[in-house]
Amino acid sequence: MKEWKYFFAQHRGALAAALLFFVMFTIYAVNHPAGLTPNVVQTAANKGVLLALVAIGQTFVVLTAGIDLSVGMVFVLCNCVASYVVAGSPTMVAFGIAAVLATGLFCGAANGAIVIFGRLQPIVATIASGAVYFGLALWLRRSPGASPKFSSDLADVMTGKVLGIVPSSGIFLAAIVLCVWIPFRRSPLGRAVYATGSSESAAYMSGVPVKRAKFAAYMFSGFFSALGGLFLTFFTYSGEASSANGSTYTLYSIAAVVLGGVSLFGGRGSAIGAVFGALAFRAIGDLLFVFDVDPLWQPLFQGTVLLLAVSVGSARLLGVRNKLELFS
Amino acid sequence: MPPVSSAATPRNRRAMNPNDLPIIIAFCCILALLLVGSLYSRNFLSPEYLLQQLKVGAFLGVIATGMTFVILLGQIDLSVPWSVTAGAMLGCAASAYGPIGEAFAIPFGVLCGVVIGTVNGFSVAYLRIPSMIITLAVNAVVQGLMVAYTGGFAPQDSATSSMRLLGAESTFWFVPNAVLVWAIVGAAAAFVLGRTTFGRAVYAIGNRESVAYLSGIKTQRIVVLTFILSGSLAAFGGVLLAGYAGKAAQSMGDAYLLPSIAAVVLGGTSILGGRGRYIGTVAGVILITLLQSILSVVQIQEFGRQIVYGVVIILMLLAYGREPETR
Amino acid sequence: MTEQGPVLRMEGITKRYGGVRALDDAHLHVRAGRIHAILGENGAGKSTLIKVLSGVVTPDAGAIFIDDRPVTFPTPAAANEAGVACIFQELSLIPDLTAADNILIGNPPRRMGLIDRRRQRRLAEEALVRAGGSDIHPLALVRDLPLSRRQIVEIAKALVRNPRILILDEATSALTAADVETVFELLKRLRSEGLALLYISHRMHEIAELADECTVFRNGRNVATFAAASRTDREIVEMMIGREFKSQFPPRPAVGKRETQPILDVRDLIWRPRLNQVSLTVRAGEVVGLGGLDGQGQTELLLALFGVLRGLKGDIRIAGKAIEIASPGAASSEGIGMALIPADRKTEGLLLPMTVRENLSLSALGRFSPFGVVNRESERRSVAEMIALLNIKPDGAEVPVATLSGGNQQKVVIAKWLMLRPRIILLNDPTRGIDVGTKQEIYALLRRLADGGAAILFYSTDYDELVGLCDRVLVMYEGAVQRELEGDTLTERALVGSALNMRWAADGDGSGASAPT
Repeated sequence: MKEWKYFFAQHRGALAAALLFFVMFTIYAVNHPAGLTPNVVQTAANKGVLLALVAIGQTFVVLTAGIDLSVGMVFVLCNCVASYVVAGSPTMVAFGIAAVLATGLFCGAANGAIVIFGRLQPIVATIASGAVYFGLALWLRRSPGASPKFSSDLADVMTGKVLGIVPSSGIFLAAIVLCVWIPFRRSPLGRAVYATGSSESAAYMSGVPVKRAKFAAYMFSGFFSALGGLFLTFFTYSGEASSANGSTYTLYSIAAVVLGGVSLFGGRGSAIGAVFGALAFRAIGDLLFVFDVDPLWQPLFQGTVLLLAVSVGSARLLGVRNKLELFS
Repeated sequence: MPPVSSAATPRNRRAMNPNDLPIIIAFCCILALLLVGSLYSRNFLSPEYLLQQLKVGAFLGVIATGMTFVILLGQIDLSVPWSVTAGAMLGCAASAYGPIGEAFAIPFGVLCGVVIGTVNGFSVAYLRIPSMIITLAVNAVVQGLMVAYTGGFAPQDSATSSMRLLGAESTFWFVPNAVLVWAIVGAAAAFVLGRTTFGRAVYAIGNRESVAYLSGIKTQRIVVLTFILSGSLAAFGGVLLAGYAGKAAQSMGDAYLLPSIAAVVLGGTSILGGRGRYIGTVAGVILITLLQSILSVVQIQEFGRQIVYGVVIILMLLAYGREPETR
Repeated sequence: MTEQGPVLRMEGITKRYGGVRALDDAHLHVRAGRIHAILGENGAGKSTLIKVLSGVVTPDAGAIFIDDRPVTFPTPAAANEAGVACIFQELSLIPDLTAADNILIGNPPRRMGLIDRRRQRRLAEEALVRAGGSDIHPLALVRDLPLSRRQIVEIAKALVRNPRILILDEATSALTAADVETVFELLKRLRSEGLALLYISHRMHEIAELADECTVFRNGRNVATFAAASRTDREIVEMMIGREFKSQFPPRPAVGKRETQPILDVRDLIWRPRLNQVSLTVRAGEVVGLGGLDGQGQTELLLALFGVLRGLKGDIRIAGKAIEIASPGAASSEGIGMALIPADRKTEGLLLPMTVRENLSLSALGRFSPFGVVNRESERRSVAEMIALLNIKPDGAEVPVATLSGGNQQKVVIAKWLMLRPRIILLNDPTRGIDVGTKQEIYALLRRLADGGAAILFYSTDYDELVGLCDRVLVMYEGAVQRELEGDTLTERALVGSALNMRWAADGDGSGASAPT
């Protein structure tokens, strides 16, 4: 059926990432001393969901051929905000969550404004804005802590298991992808984002609302980073302004996005791929644990996997026969 | 009939080159910062303090020199953090190998940077991997190697005397050697960029690689050399820092990545490549160093510093770093 | 077709780019149910006029009226709303989206806020059939389609909006001959449906077949509007360039250099899929032309000789020695001595923001840089020499090359290579988009270089040039040299005949021997 050929062509990257992840996870589960138990899956899911959320956010921006180097700092900032406001009675908790998401949206909007209306290059603009967001995080939480009325019940639910088997963080991730990403991709706005990243000039000439698309991308990025920060609070029960954490998540989100088949040049790829890329990237650490490799080697393995993935991804270019094509 | 071009610039003489505007603004900001600082503390304008600032800035200056080349080329080098740290760690490590080790500590540290730069350059030039991603990956790999090498502990080796000589001491009156080193490196960089075929090629490639290629420039070779330059200067910066502090430390390079990019960009060099001058980076480095020290003098807490740092960069870029309107 | 007022009126349109007046108080009247052709040299303002009409660019002054109502188009979307659709020269397709996505990108069918993909696909299929592209799968990614298919998708995209005014800007340049026929049928059908069609093209025979009315643009103004076929080609060309047109080519030396060994000897060059056993020779002092229809491998041949293509098979001999050319760097080295003036000077020939001097010395920099350090004085002298030799205006070396006119920019590109004193000069359509005065200068220069011993291989889409300037012309078809014309056999008729003859023969039409119009 010829139709499948087109489906594969479009979703090649995401499918490859999914395959990679499943292979890695199978090896992990098979070799884990405890076997494929719900606890094992839950721990893996919890660790992976954080990076997956941030990676989804990064995907939106990368699809427009931009980059958001402030995702990690927004993540940390929202973590600190959540440690204050996700507390008290259920209504207050609800408002608190809304406040956290609003923080993310606001950061995203600020990024969008600087890049689109200020016409600054995303790399430098988001580095600078990241510093501002981190400063705000530091102001909120000079040292790690949490509100005494922090809603640990909610946190437990979100990081626990449903029906004793399926990790709720995993369900949440699936739900958010289903309810946000898929409709987005099929909406005119989503297509505008892809068009902008693929060829901004052609998109403009075709009447695509380029500015709106880019602005939306940055807002989505902020939103998902906020979700990640919220989840981090659920895991750690506290807020911490750690710049190491922030830059790690920023860089790893780019790694996840690349592993997931999203092109840094824009216009190609899917957040689903980024999710699998994030999970696969995280799984490296788990695999090392299972094979009794010293955790000291983890950074090296993660870097090497990234190196290999990226080299393989660009091996296609070696087949290019008109060298002029390499330059555009 | 060919269209007539407007601004009839006089033959062989330019009206103010628009490239110079950011540099002038940067130097004006430096003066402004010096003024603001002096309002808080009389010592601010004293020669000792200013030299101290230059000394602190010299390390960033050396690292930013390498970054200047890469950005002019139209690429970016995100492997700076661990190039710096690796250079520092391995330079110190050499000190444990007796007199020969002592003698070769500095070259050995720089050699790490050369290796890192070669990997980066080869991948960008021949495998056409985007520089952002390959330098990121290489950074992670180098981190992995260093973490494994030191067993996760702080490195114990201390810096050699030659490293300390360059990084911490002053030979001529009170002028810190680190500043002299930066001056020499900087002068060489400015010369290479402005007066050599290599420099011209870097600008050409940064402007439009296809044109440089079709004009007969050996673009791939130039790209590799540029990344080697960046890697070795970053590693050299690490060596100097180790000399300054007496030893290396984990993650010591992390604090230099963003400032080095910011310094280059604040100096008027376009992040897209092909435009900018080295003197701009000098201005950018001094600007950032002064800004950071003012923020600590004024005793704003760390969070305030971060915010001001970010806001200042954005404001300055809005002043002269904007892309043109496309309609 | 009722005689009513024009459905589209543009009055007093002015647009400046820096100091260059692309449009100067231009006007245009177009009636429904007519095909209106626009002619003019490159730089005459045709493209800018189209961009104004389609909302890509806002004019500095002037007004547009549709049905006598004033309209403004701040964005392309606004133009589309008003019923104006444009098929651009640089395609406006998004490479990473499917054909269906692209066709319906302006106003996709929606269901509950999301794009209704099924309906979109159906609409796209209908539009493709209408545009003659029923072989194109709506889910194919545009980046995977060949250029001629992409043009069809572009046409479908314009049609799906049911426009009242359809603009085609050099829309047939990428199409195969069969596609062109289909498109012409389509355009005639649209005309009878009452659309107003604006057709920009350089190809006189197309205009002769299609147009009802013609307008000639020159220097940003509308100089004449007349019914098609009421003026001769010569008169039209004179209107386009503004004076008595007499193409002047420098005299050619008598044929008689057979004895010397060719400097460039190519045998059985193969590069799948564009080059199929190309063989040719060029001797010192010869100007050899490459002719044939667009896209028969001429550009690929030049790129192959210059070391840009990988996977090349066959033999290239320079002055008798077989050589493998690995890159432009190698090709331009002293041992080989080749130069290539590329097709697109803006993206392949010049560093636009940099100065004339920096561009001029780019390739030859090594020659006056001992130990890699540039000798400024040497550079200045050589640059000044070149500016004088080629008569580059304005003659300041420190201005950004982007401020020069197209003709002078091309001179800079040529001068850049002349600094290396190459012995083999390859040129890829060097006079496209250049004013006539500069063209003459370039012809004279090429002849001088040949007389001085250079071997010149020269691809042109202009038959006049090939006939007037070249000693021999090799007509290419499907990646191989089909015929060689020289001396008495080198006429425009023969050139056109060879190029077209090949096409007819390939299509199996037995009447290939009849003379083309």
